[in-house]
Amino acid sequence: MALSGLFLIIFLLQHFIINITSVFDGSVFNWLSHFMGTNPLVQFILQPILIAGVIFHFVMGFILDLQNKKARGIRYKVFKGNSNASWVSRNMIISGSTVLSFLVLHFYDFWIPEIDYKYIKVLPDDPHRYYEELILKFDNLTRVVIYVVSFFFLALHLSHGFASAFQTMGFNNKYTVIVKSIGKLYSIGIPFGFAFIAVFHHINHHYL
Amino acid sequence: MKLTLKIWRQENATVKGSMQTYSLDGVSPDMSFLEMMDVLNEQLMENGIDPVAFDHDCREGICGSCSMFINGEAHGPDRLITTCQLHMRKFKDGDTIHIEPFRAKPFPVIKDLVVDRTAFDRIQHAGGFVSVNTSGNTQDANALPIEKESADKAFDAAACIGCGACVASCKNASAMLFVSAKVSQYALLPQGQVEATDRVLNMVKQMDEEGFGNCTNTGACEVECPKGISLENIARMNREYLTANLKG
Repeated sequence: MALSGLFLIIFLLQHFIINITSVFDGSVFNWLSHFMGTNPLVQFILQPILIAGVIFHFVMGFILDLQNKKARGIRYKVFKGNSNASWVSRNMIISGSTVLSFLVLHFYDFWIPEIDYKYIKVLPDDPHRYYEELILKFDNLTRVVIYVVSFFFLALHLSHGFASAFQTMGFNNKYTVIVKSIGKLYSIGIPFGFAFIAVFHHINHHYL
Repeated sequence: MKLTLKIWRQENATVKGSMQTYSLDGVSPDMSFLEMMDVLNEQLMENGIDPVAFDHDCREGICGSCSMFINGEAHGPDRLITTCQLHMRKFKDGDTIHIEPFRAKPFPVIKDLVVDRTAFDRIQHAGGFVSVNTSGNTQDANALPIEKESADKAFDAAACIGCGACVASCKNASAMLFVSAKVSQYALLPQGQVEATDRVLNMVKQMDEEGFGNCTNTGACEVECPKGISLENIARMNREYLTANLKG
């Protein structure tokens, strides 16, 4: 879980860096998206690794959760979980399941149309279509709201997951304070940034 | 103080238990929690009711016998103490107190609040020791210089009394804090290096076989541990485990 989690954390950062360019310059976003969408290394090596990483992370998450519930046996009548651990740390399965549900929508929105365009309909290569497709997606307010709520749950998931991954990998020393601080910054900054991109394009397209 | 006690009663390991309610009057705030339980048991016996079975021995926070889950927390609402060190002044007149046994599949209830914690013994047997030649040539432990920081950390880990509060408090019923304390106390010392690889592999294997849950780093164990065993030990055990696996 920790290794796949750290891998996904790195992926999220890269995904964010590409997406945030859409706020500043559509042509840069188009160039980067075209590169990622057509580069054979990205398409046929990195993308399958990423999908495998995502599947491994959530399948293992569900398996571990089942094992953990089984390990308790009879449940307590009174259990004060809040007195010794945060809600977020105790409910990673809830935040994780929400993010997983969001991923289904996200794949439906972007990944499946992309695969359809390139490999099923085999339409002609158009390096300038990505920015326009992005704007059209965030035209729908309901979609933007779902994205923002999902990013909130992503923030919760990361706020525990980031430092937890380091602890599981055996990293707990005088630098742990720094890791926890970076984790907090990351868990707020990246989901907020993604939410900002969705809201920005919605407002920009509709009201400005 | 007058209290309402809701206590888990279970005749033996094979029958189903349930929470039973008892009223107890005349409890002094200066009593320890176990003394309050003694008073309750006297009252129950006077009324011809089977007394509540609970584990206890030293009654000074050393042996790790007492194992009650009080009002939703292992060893009750206080920190860094065992149930026997908990005093009734922590409660108010008229309070309702829920008392349950430590819950975990590997800690089956024997009777009422007494649970079988021999799973911890089996984990210890799997590697929680150093093999020393005691045939008359035993080396003086002080002959081997050990840096203070390591010695202190090893001692802190060795402070674990194996009460099982970590398992009881963890939402996953994980025993990682206990096992990591036992691994750490040797991993930090030169005497523990010879058997380091086998120790961590065997103890973790035994822990998994017992059916304890997985650590998700909630930190509940560290908060509830009466001896303040740190999560740092879990990270150390994970490093030891990774290294041992790489060594084969």
